[in-house]
Amino acid sequence: MSATSVIELDGVLLVTIQGELTDHDAIALQQDLTTQVAERGARGVLINISALEIVDSFLARTLHEIAGVTSLLAAETVVVGMRPEVAITLVELGLTLNGLRTALSVSDGLSMFGGASIARRAEGA
Amino acid sequence: MTLTAQPVREELAEFLRARWQDIVRAWSAAAVFGHADPADTEDECAELLTGVAQAIREGAEGDPADEGFSAARSVFGPLVAGVAAGQGGRPDVAALKAPLLRLWSEHDKPADMAADGAVALSTVVDTLRLLLLEMELESSAETIRSQREQLTELSTPVIKLWDGVLAIPLIGTLDSMRSQAATENLLEQIVAQQARVAILDITGVPAVDTMVAQHLLKTAMAARLMGAECIISGIRPQIAQTMVQLGIDLGELATRASLADALGYALHETGMAVVADQHR
Repeated sequence: MSATSVIELDGVLLVTIQGELTDHDAIALQQDLTTQVAERGARGVLINISALEIVDSFLARTLHEIAGVTSLLAAETVVVGMRPEVAITLVELGLTLNGLRTALSVSDGLSMFGGASIARRAEGA
Repeated sequence: MTLTAQPVREELAEFLRARWQDIVRAWSAAAVFGHADPADTEDECAELLTGVAQAIREGAEGDPADEGFSAARSVFGPLVAGVAAGQGGRPDVAALKAPLLRLWSEHDKPADMAADGAVALSTVVDTLRLLLLEMELESSAETIRSQREQLTELSTPVIKLWDGVLAIPLIGTLDSMRSQAATENLLEQIVAQQARVAILDITGVPAVDTMVAQHLLKTAMAARLMGAECIISGIRPQIAQTMVQLGIDLGELATRASLADALGYALHETGMAVVADQHR
């Protein structure tokens, strides 16, 4: 897990993957995120993969699974910053990851969670 | 390729030396070379003959790669370039054979060498034809290669229509190489300009078959993975009918009839609105 950092920002877990992930790292990331979403009651997970030059089918499936798991825990997952070559490769592999939300940049991704935070606070108050 | 015996080759060399002027004159008259100035033509014929004589001396009259034919290469170079540029007809090197053989038959030589010598001289002219043909092929292959590169460059400009809105007008038949270049170009620009919407305009595509549809879908999928949305515009009525008849399903991909409609939709998606100016 050395290549990944998780920061909480206004109820959103900001995950930046900083280097290539092994299958083992990917599984560890999935477990770690699931635990943290449940513990912190996060409303969203934002995974920044702009540093990744290679995304294999396993990692793609893991990202898809993370999205599925977090949505069960009422947190939405957005994957941001996928590189063009990675996107082309995934499409060529037939991994279109339907249902996975994506954004161009971290700020774009955060704006997808916008407003909900206030709503939830109002709900809690 | 040494088919000609040494004594015959010596005799041929002697013949070429003795009848040098005659051959040059005969070749110049054959009008193979399109020079206005007869002196230039004679110079070139002489150059060609020097090479031929060298090839025959070395017994390499059948090998276009031989040193002796490099002179022929330099003589033919401008001719081939002229033909490629559409100026002047194809030079007929075969016209050089008849005068050469006629002069050989007039040449005073041992009787048993006549046939072998004629064969060698024929071979040398045939090799010249082969060489010319090779050079023409090389030149046209080169032309095709450079034009294909130009086509690839020209065909995929990515245009910024608005902040965060890109368009790529696809023009002409989309083969796999061109469509791949277009996709890569578009995706790179999406990142560079942080575009939220990309419009694939197919007004200039004459026909949409399953291959083209597949390519459009793949591009849209890749853009979606990166966080951008794709719109397809410029679908003409006939093309829409063909696509339905072929059973092409673009799924959730947004489609619009014209680029203007697509831009309107894109602006709406990015939270923009075009409003009439009240002060005019």
